[in-house]
Amino acid sequence: MTTKLGGPARRALPVTEPAPSEPRPQQKNTGLAGQFAKVLLLGLSVAIAIWAAFPLIAEEHWIGLAVLVAATAALLYIYLSPRHIPAKYLFPGTLFLVIFQLFPVLYTASTAFTNFGDGHRGSKEDAIVAIQTSSVTRVPGSTEYALSIATEGDPATGPIVFLITDPATKAVSIGDAGGLTPAGAVTVTSSGKVTAAEGYTVLNAGQASVRSQEITDFTVPTAGGAIRSAGLSRAYEGKAGRAYDAATDSITDTTSGKTWKADESLGSFVAADGERLVQGWKVGVGLDNFTRVLTNDSISGPFLKTLIWNFAFAIGSTGFTFILGLFIALALHSAKVRGRNFYRILLVLPYAMPAFAMLLVWRDMFNTDFGLINNLFGTDVDWFGGTASARIAVILVQLWLGYPYMFLVSTGALQAIPGELLDATKVDGAGVWQSFKSVTLPLLMIPLTPLLISSFAFNFNNFNAIWLTTEGAPFPADNTTNGATDLLITYTYRLAFGGSGAQYGFAAAISIFIFLIVAVVSTISFRRTRQLEEVYS
Amino acid sequence: MTRWIKQVGWRHLVGLLGLGFALGPLLFVFSAAINPQGTLSSSTLIPTGASAENFVKLFRDTNFAYWFLNSVMIAGVAAAASVFLSALAAYAFSRRRFKGRRIGLMSLLLIQMFPQFLAVVAIFLMFSTITDLWPAFGFNTWWGMILLYLGGALGVNTWLMKGFYDTIPKELDESAVVDGASHPQIFFKILLPLVAPILAVTGLLAFIGTINEFLIANVFLTDSESKTLAVGLYGLVAGERDTNFGVFCAGTLLTAIPTVGVFMYLQRYIVEGLSAGAVKG
Repeated sequence: MTTKLGGPARRALPVTEPAPSEPRPQQKNTGLAGQFAKVLLLGLSVAIAIWAAFPLIAEEHWIGLAVLVAATAALLYIYLSPRHIPAKYLFPGTLFLVIFQLFPVLYTASTAFTNFGDGHRGSKEDAIVAIQTSSVTRVPGSTEYALSIATEGDPATGPIVFLITDPATKAVSIGDAGGLTPAGAVTVTSSGKVTAAEGYTVLNAGQASVRSQEITDFTVPTAGGAIRSAGLSRAYEGKAGRAYDAATDSITDTTSGKTWKADESLGSFVAADGERLVQGWKVGVGLDNFTRVLTNDSISGPFLKTLIWNFAFAIGSTGFTFILGLFIALALHSAKVRGRNFYRILLVLPYAMPAFAMLLVWRDMFNTDFGLINNLFGTDVDWFGGTASARIAVILVQLWLGYPYMFLVSTGALQAIPGELLDATKVDGAGVWQSFKSVTLPLLMIPLTPLLISSFAFNFNNFNAIWLTTEGAPFPADNTTNGATDLLITYTYRLAFGGSGAQYGFAAAISIFIFLIVAVVSTISFRRTRQLEEVYS
Repeated sequence: MTRWIKQVGWRHLVGLLGLGFALGPLLFVFSAAINPQGTLSSSTLIPTGASAENFVKLFRDTNFAYWFLNSVMIAGVAAAASVFLSALAAYAFSRRRFKGRRIGLMSLLLIQMFPQFLAVVAIFLMFSTITDLWPAFGFNTWWGMILLYLGGALGVNTWLMKGFYDTIPKELDESAVVDGASHPQIFFKILLPLVAPILAVTGLLAFIGTINEFLIANVFLTDSESKTLAVGLYGLVAGERDTNFGVFCAGTLLTAIPTVGVFMYLQRYIVEGLSAGAVKG
């Protein structure tokens, strides 16, 4: 979840006003209602935990069960013991934080030290099986089996199994990813088609044809190769064209005789001429991903350019919205202006609108052929086609989305500056600009700086602002992974999930860089803010 | 007259220009939504005709009603629950002194700075298992989405609320303790009512943030009926940009109703709370 607002405003909040209404504290005892609510909530939590435990036991998920039991025990201990009062308040939020944020983030960060990505997803054994089965080809004259498709679960989504009937013996075997096993009680027609099998649902022709892609990709490994489907009712056993030899730890092509040797540091099978097989496995690569960002010229060059633009975008978005918002707030901050509430309600509308939708609307307003902006001004600019115009466009969109917020907080901050202070500067003969520069602005900056910093941090990683408008365009001709308006975060997203093969490990390394940059900038700015406050308060 | 222009007139001029900038795109969305042709190329700033065609199409050809309900339910429950969790934690950070308090506060900020979406792969793997074990909390469900969003409950908002608690004099709690109040009583009956404005503001921001969340929802919600507004509407213009534009704008206008509605409803608190949370000095 992202919010623009934030930042510690703690020091900026002097203890001045007494609380408006002080509810009279009640007499001793936590109260029956409180006790009742506590017992009810604890009971409910335990009931949910017990409910959650059954599937874990059924699936023999012992680690999951241990975590569940530990969490429940911690919950009961914290709330039943009279001690550890802070923990009672921190536990619920922290539980969610650890499960749904900390754990995924740490897991992701750990992939930065591996080559995890397309072609390097599983173990070495998986890679060998994948290489062998994908090289299966049909040998002329091999036996053709009658095939029926079945599943253990729902006909539309359940895992597929092959029911294979030997044409000579009419014996039926069940084939799945683990290999062939003899079937139990089955009903077979004279053509070898299975119409019913114990424990399985046989798919009819319609159900099977919906899942034909899955069926085509499905293979049942056998000793000499694999069984694959040929259409929806025939299957054949093919021979693997490539075989793994454990003694030399290499893959050999049986027809050409070429060999690929396993390289444990790359997680790939590499031939003598340097060719790598597509299917590899996941290995640790140490700091390779990090050094690649810094030393590989084809990556570090665009990376640096993106980094500079990323800073310009974050500073520009925050700075312009602040200037415009503050300017309008100053203009409307006068008792003489009538209808200030009217202005305020309408000015805030862009902030209240759903941002994702408005980003898409802006994208289409900048459309070259049909867009409103070209229509309105009679121009024919390809806004997202040129580097400069695309960058101006995305910052303009950010300005529109963000200035109402700055207007709101500036108005609030302005109202909090005592009027006498400004009157005093007038008496002293200061001009409008001078009194703004030396009195109003410094006083405004105290409460607003933390908000500006968090706005900066938010915009630094403002994925939607780019992805929903330009998608990073325009791209240079020689590099389709890194466009002119790309932020580091959209660049990373393209690396991780983009079309040219996912590179999670590398993407995770870049996101660690992003994290370090934002963390350092924010920490330094918060330090400085604290100094500001000490000077002015 | 010149005096009026110098003192007040220019202020109105700035205000009006600001309004023009703010409302221009909104007017365009409105015009496109009631544009009978419903294409991007035929949409203009000022409406040229009025029809409800786009709205009819929206409800007839898409699952908009489902998307709307899903969004409001997910964002509503997640926002309310995360504000509550955050308020609880902020109380501990503001009023209690314990080991790891400073580290806890700092790490809340730091975790938020990690680009979250990359964790999508990890979250996806995790929820694949959850879908197998407890389908009610898995993909394409309200609860799965809500739980996931609750992971972000503690964060910047906790800091904001802590700052607000800090402004409430400690003597208030102390006198309550003397009168025999327990800590839950102090929290629920004394502090919580006093921080109502900041609760409203953070709740609102969480609500808007959740309704706008696109990335994770896009991975999670694949059934047309379980999509949220952000995912569903994006799908409308992802492929057919020109033809579906009117329908998309109609959807945008309807999407704005809950957010603008909540905004207007909480208006009183927002000005009070946002500026108070930010300043009050």
